[in-house]
Amino acid sequence: MMKGFKKWRLFALLTALSIFLAGCGQQELSTLLPAGEVASDQFFLLLWSSGIMLFVILVVVIIYVVALIRFRRSKLGEDHIPEQVEGSSTLELVWTVIPILLVLLLAVPTVYYTYKLGNVSAMGEVDEDGNAENLVVDVTAKLYWWEFDYPQLGVTTAQELIVPLDEKVYFNLVAADVKHSFWIPAVGGKLDNNVENVNKFYLSFEKDSRDLDEGVFFGKCAELCGPSHALMDFKVKTLPRDEFDDWVLAMQDTEAVTADADSADQGEALFAESCIACHAVSGAGDPDYMGVEHAGAVGPNLTTFGDRNRVAGFMDHDEESLKNWIEDTQKYKPGNLMPSFTDFTDEEMDALTGYLMGLTIEE
Amino acid sequence: MDLNKKFTPETWPEKPEIATFEGKNKFVGFWLFLGGEVILFATLFATYIALKNKGPAGLEFSTQELYELPLVFVMTMFLLTSSLTSVYAMYHLRNYNFRKMQLWLGFTAFLGLGFLMLEVYEFVHYVQLGFTYNNSAFSSAFYTLVGTHGFHVAIGLVWITLLIFRNAKRGLNLYNASKYYTFSLYWHFIDVIWVFIFTAVYLMGVIG
Amino acid sequence: MSSVAQKKGFGAWLWEWLTTVDHKKLGILYFLGGGFFFVLGGIEAMLIRIQLLQPESDLISAGLFNQLITMHGTTMIFLAAMPILFGFMNVIMPLQIGARDLAFPFLNSLGFWMFMFGGLFLNISWFTGQVPDAGWTSYTSLAITSPGHGMDYYAIGLQIAGAGSLMTGINFLVTIINMRAPGMTYMRMPLFTWTTFIASAMILFAFPPLTVGLFFLTFDRLFGGNFFDHTMGGNTIIWEHIFWIFGHPEVYILILPAFGIFSEVFPTFARKRLFGYTSMVFATVLIGFLGFMVWAHHMFTVGLGSTANAIFAVATMAIAVPTGVKIFNWLLTMWGGSIKVTTPMLYAIGFIPSFVMGGVTGVMQGAAPLDYQLHDSYFIVAHFHYVIVGGVVLGILAATHYWWPKMFGTMLNEALGKITFWLFFIGFHLTFLIQHWLGFWGMPRRVFTYMDGQGWNLANYISTVGAFFMAAGVIVLVINAIMTTVKNERVGNDPWEDGRTLEWATQSPPLFYNFPQTPLVRGLDTVWLEKQEGNKSGITPAVPIQDIHMPNGSIIPFLMSFGLFIAGFGAMFRLETAWGLPLLIFGLLWTFVTMSLRSVKDDLGYYVSKEEILQDIKHEGGQK
Repeated sequence: MMKGFKKWRLFALLTALSIFLAGCGQQELSTLLPAGEVASDQFFLLLWSSGIMLFVILVVVIIYVVALIRFRRSKLGEDHIPEQVEGSSTLELVWTVIPILLVLLLAVPTVYYTYKLGNVSAMGEVDEDGNAENLVVDVTAKLYWWEFDYPQLGVTTAQELIVPLDEKVYFNLVAADVKHSFWIPAVGGKLDNNVENVNKFYLSFEKDSRDLDEGVFFGKCAELCGPSHALMDFKVKTLPRDEFDDWVLAMQDTEAVTADADSADQGEALFAESCIACHAVSGAGDPDYMGVEHAGAVGPNLTTFGDRNRVAGFMDHDEESLKNWIEDTQKYKPGNLMPSFTDFTDEEMDALTGYLMGLTIEE
Repeated sequence: MDLNKKFTPETWPEKPEIATFEGKNKFVGFWLFLGGEVILFATLFATYIALKNKGPAGLEFSTQELYELPLVFVMTMFLLTSSLTSVYAMYHLRNYNFRKMQLWLGFTAFLGLGFLMLEVYEFVHYVQLGFTYNNSAFSSAFYTLVGTHGFHVAIGLVWITLLIFRNAKRGLNLYNASKYYTFSLYWHFIDVIWVFIFTAVYLMGVIG
Repeated sequence: MSSVAQKKGFGAWLWEWLTTVDHKKLGILYFLGGGFFFVLGGIEAMLIRIQLLQPESDLISAGLFNQLITMHGTTMIFLAAMPILFGFMNVIMPLQIGARDLAFPFLNSLGFWMFMFGGLFLNISWFTGQVPDAGWTSYTSLAITSPGHGMDYYAIGLQIAGAGSLMTGINFLVTIINMRAPGMTYMRMPLFTWTTFIASAMILFAFPPLTVGLFFLTFDRLFGGNFFDHTMGGNTIIWEHIFWIFGHPEVYILILPAFGIFSEVFPTFARKRLFGYTSMVFATVLIGFLGFMVWAHHMFTVGLGSTANAIFAVATMAIAVPTGVKIFNWLLTMWGGSIKVTTPMLYAIGFIPSFVMGGVTGVMQGAAPLDYQLHDSYFIVAHFHYVIVGGVVLGILAATHYWWPKMFGTMLNEALGKITFWLFFIGFHLTFLIQHWLGFWGMPRRVFTYMDGQGWNLANYISTVGAFFMAAGVIVLVINAIMTTVKNERVGNDPWEDGRTLEWATQSPPLFYNFPQTPLVRGLDTVWLEKQEGNKSGITPAVPIQDIHMPNGSIIPFLMSFGLFIAGFGAMFRLETAWGLPLLIFGLLWTFVTMSLRSVKDDLGYYVSKEEILQDIKHEGGQK
């Protein structure tokens, strides 16, 4: 009997906990579970403003409920004519001054954080040796994918942003075609990728993405950009600084890598024939930026394709999805610019997807 | 309202344009309309200033090289003078002197037409230089701002022509007095806008 | 009059409605036209919610979904909410100030037909398959690259409808400035008239930027302009500024009349004078003024810089103060009153918590750094639906029940009315409350689908269920309206029995000249005052019975609007067809010639004779 009760209690507790946690959303993309300083600042503002607003709601609701209960005609009688009160200067003064004070309570931290989060003066700073002190990533948003260039490191990648943990990372944002907006909900608020100017801001990543169920943070496009706006997702991996440095070295090492049309690997040969004009398999070299396209940068860079979490930014990362995608890109991401490839035989498709899945720099 | 009621300069009200209820409404309504027009032109001005001299890489036109002040100065004189002649017309409206009013309004229309023709000449000249509407953001903004003003002038010309001919035989009454008056308000407004165009587009373009 | 009307044939009946310049008839046309588009926009909303019921749903394609959200937003704002409110303003505001009609009856008709043809123009896009798809905000990098003619329908349709709104706004302003009855000083005007006044002033200053912006968009898309093409030196941010300089005031143009409606409903059904009338008026004026100072809070993430963001953040929060004043004044109007919960009052009672929710989330978004997270997420969707549905639509529904007898002479069924309320109210909160959390959980707005495994499934499911409740509520309302019309039980001047303002001292519906004798206004809530002093009619006449001057009807507004309508098609097909350019020129000429016709042909109106008026009064006496 007691045992059953305890079990029930545990169950109830777990249910309550899971509901509470569900209320916070998923770690990969919830603004309520901040994974960095920027998101924490914004989360603080959320709590602070919610607190003030809940106070306002409470006051309104109390007056409202009491008035509704006390002053009903059914209680007062059909013939009751209430006193025609004009108003009350005192009361009106009270509910002018108190809201002003409440607004001030919110306005002060708002202004403080606006300037704090908008401060990118450290972006170009260099140390005594002339090396940049902070990592800068150029983000170019294109019809429905993301390009991430690391101009200081001579490295470029796409669809998956790799960043070091526990330091400020500065971003240059621009769009190559129409307006997009760069948003990693768990790490910090968004900023638009405009077509005509570069926007700058910073984020800091303070939670190891390997601890997440999915192994990555989710990034989103937050500005309507066409039919596949909903599918313009990207992923974020956070690495401790030393592992990040290793990753950069590995990327720089891919400088000479290319796909060989004469390769014994059928997949590589096919890739060299059909894909390499748009997709590079080397992550090193001059980063492409501000819409200036170099060879192999028409589509996402595939150097680390095998290491990625999704195909085309949102599909499961397996060979079947990849085949579906290559065969009918418009079906899965309407309006995207990649042509569909329907002429491959099954054998060729197997070889190609095998090659693609093998594109990795993680050992 | 009786259209056939005959007035003399003595019985004619001091402010004929608002002597009737409809006239009063028209008067207030038109002022409000002009308020909206101010915002409309303000938006056009703001856009022009933002896009001035902006174009594709290698844009060969700039305000300094393009605009020719002497021509614009003549245009300005035409329009300013036409504003003055419309003031005379309104003076005669108040004094119930129909023929003189029509005459001065005729001058006004004539000067307005002169302005408009010079503007057309100016635009044709620019287009011949290659500064077409599609040339750049600068050209689009320029033609839209100045052209919208020119369009207003054209509307005003049709309006006053209709008024002059419609009422030529029957003379002044309280029904058409407010129509004449609102036209003159409109004409002054167009003039004021032109002063701003002259300053913000041409003068600041050539000097700044 | 009504017996004469019944003998007329269908042709005469149609002609009468096409040519009417009577503010009450045009108000009813606005109401019905807006109601039609409201149902259309509602169907679009239901399709949106059905698509989002489940993750990875493929019921509606991505392209169609973007068309649906664009048309839903555009339709609801421009073709439903505004016209329905214009309808109430048209019918009620002249009655409230004791006027015979609007200042410019002809212009009133023109405004209506331009709205109607603009709305039709926009919606004809559905039949061509090329539908606006860049969102109701139509940010230009997307809007100028959008293929097909979809965005042209948007730009030209809104241009026509918008010009109509501007005219009507001026019309309301002049009416209120010039045509108030003797004794109706500004500070005795009912709050609904006041909010009509301020909203009209905002229309006057907010719509010209929209006009210009839409012209730019049209020129860019159809005539080779380069305003928004950055490769040609253009700038897309200009569109965002212009759009929001219009768009933010537009929100207040919608909400202020709703505030006005509730400011009439609360005193009537609490049987108590509006608390703090003066501060209510000043709060309205202040909100209208501040409404023009905060547009960039829609653009916090555009990258305008910290200083701009900080200034607009603080300005935005400032609006909370006058809005708060209003909320507390309504609460204190109820306090100490004698509350009778009729259907309109039910809506008013439901409005307060709903709108407060929408208001406070608005202030939260005003905090710029927090808005970086909330902007373009589902939180924003929740917020503006709380404001627009919880404020404007509840206001419209309240007014529909409240003024139905004044517009149509019959009472909507109260029981059905309350069922509508509860279905709609519960459905509304079910749909939109949970969407705040969807935003917190990282769901962007305007997504045609979402992947499984992001924790959004249940919330979206709940939201869609709620939408069905709202739809059911609207269906009950339509049934109610039809039943009421069929039954046709006529009611007297003041069916709510506690009417306080002048409209309740006229017949239901009023005679075509409104008041046989222009009333003398002796204070705020003049009808209430008169009745308290024992004057059953509620009116003290200011003048003896005399001939009344009335305007003639005219078909020209209909013809003028039709000319613009066909010119729109001409402009759109100018390049790809041979008939495009001639049609454009013909349409514009048509409009211009009909307009000149109006100008050249004298139209002095006519007089209703004293005898006729006496007979109408006698007839009314006989009915009782």
